[in-house]
Amino acid sequence: METAKVTGERIKSYLSTGKRFDGRKQDEFRDITIETGISEKAEGSARVKIGNTEVIVGVKLSVSEPYPDSPNKGNLMVTSELLPLSSERFESGPPKFPAIELGRLIDRAIRESKFINLEKLCIKEGEKVWSVFIDIYSINYDGNLIDAAGIGAILSLKTAYLPKYDQENEKVLYGEHTDQKIPLSEELPIVITSHKIGGNIIVDPTIEEEDVSETRITIGGSVEGKLFSIQKGGIKEITVEEMDKLLEMNDNARKKVYSQIKKYL
Amino acid sequence: MTFKRSDGRGIEEMRPIKAEVGVVPNADGSAIFSFGKTVAIAAVYGPRKMHPQHQQDPEKGKLRCNYNMLSFSVDDRIRPGPSRRSTEISKITEWALEPVLLIEKYPNLVIDVHINILQADASTRCAGINAAALALAHAGIPMKNLVSSVSIGKLDKQLVVDVDKEEEDFEEGEGSTDIPITMTPEGDITHIQLDGKISIEELKEVVQLAKKSVKKIYEVQKKALKESVKL
Repeated sequence: METAKVTGERIKSYLSTGKRFDGRKQDEFRDITIETGISEKAEGSARVKIGNTEVIVGVKLSVSEPYPDSPNKGNLMVTSELLPLSSERFESGPPKFPAIELGRLIDRAIRESKFINLEKLCIKEGEKVWSVFIDIYSINYDGNLIDAAGIGAILSLKTAYLPKYDQENEKVLYGEHTDQKIPLSEELPIVITSHKIGGNIIVDPTIEEEDVSETRITIGGSVEGKLFSIQKGGIKEITVEEMDKLLEMNDNARKKVYSQIKKYL
Repeated sequence: MTFKRSDGRGIEEMRPIKAEVGVVPNADGSAIFSFGKTVAIAAVYGPRKMHPQHQQDPEKGKLRCNYNMLSFSVDDRIRPGPSRRSTEISKITEWALEPVLLIEKYPNLVIDVHINILQADASTRCAGINAAALALAHAGIPMKNLVSSVSIGKLDKQLVVDVDKEEEDFEEGEGSTDIPITMTPEGDITHIQLDGKISIEELKEVVQLAKKSVKKIYEVQKKALKESVKL
């Protein structure tokens, strides 16, 4: 069900006095619950809950040809499916824009941060490389799927092991995991999305808050304050001053999220 | 040492900008916009009745953008038809334009903006947005203002305005960071994206630089519109 107009108005008027429906501060996340290794078949996997929002993310690896423009690098593919089981708002069928965008937002944060050392995933230059597939599924949608997916993606990568590869028969032996992990860098990309509602900026919106959001800015960045990817969405403009404030808040939220998830990394 | 750009441009110098409206006679509004070798053409059809009917919104009209690259606009042929990338840029373009559009004047209607990239040398989404803003104005759709779009690049540590393909592929030092930004002439941000690596302070500088640069583009757009009106 769409959020009723009167609820939207109430959210806005509450926010103008600095309050949110669930009593959170503007830069405060809901509780984050994490479980890794949720799939026996995936090379790495994670379940991330932010409040009532839940996603599961799995990493699969396979051996394939490199792209012609990067013959010595492994491939990375991030896709997402917004499952009809996770919300009455999602329908089956070919992916619509929100699902496509979700995959691309996470893809870019991971790719641009060079979190995965793709060169080390080259088996034979120009011929064989590892392909990393990160697949995101929504299980319950109550706002902020993007940030949950981002956390899920880095956790599944962190916990993944390469399967055995039979060079002679050119076959991946799934189920026979090596103790080799995916080569990752220290610079961990954490995706945090800020929303502008009325004149206020918040993070981690619930579904109702997301419905009344006018502008959304998703930033993939490190705890050290380096930014790797940004995307603005939504139908309203944002002033340079608001943007400056948003950047500070976004950075603070990232540090807090990191302290919550670091024990799983 | 001062930073040298591959084509000898100054740090804040854009490639030659060209803008012209009324290039597609069939359309209600149209424009062509180019940054050097990057050429975008945009055509507006509408406001017209929204089909399918269930997508009609009785409260406001809908802006529907469609960004498409011609298969031969780049070195390696692009497979024709929509891709994940083009789907995203189409939506980004809608978001970049909608803040200045008085779309609520057109309940149940749709305004279609078709953007085609004829030739690509980076910054195609910016050229597309600039062409689209012009085409909408040319179509006489009521707007609060135009928007202008530019890509700011960070090559290693140096900020530059209007990134071309060679700069997009820059790999020395910290490599290349590409930040396409769209703003109103007053400097409000209607679109921003970023790929690469940058600090928060540097990003604030980028925004200021963009604010300065979009003013120049705005003047060219305004001139193109004025020239289309015979006095």
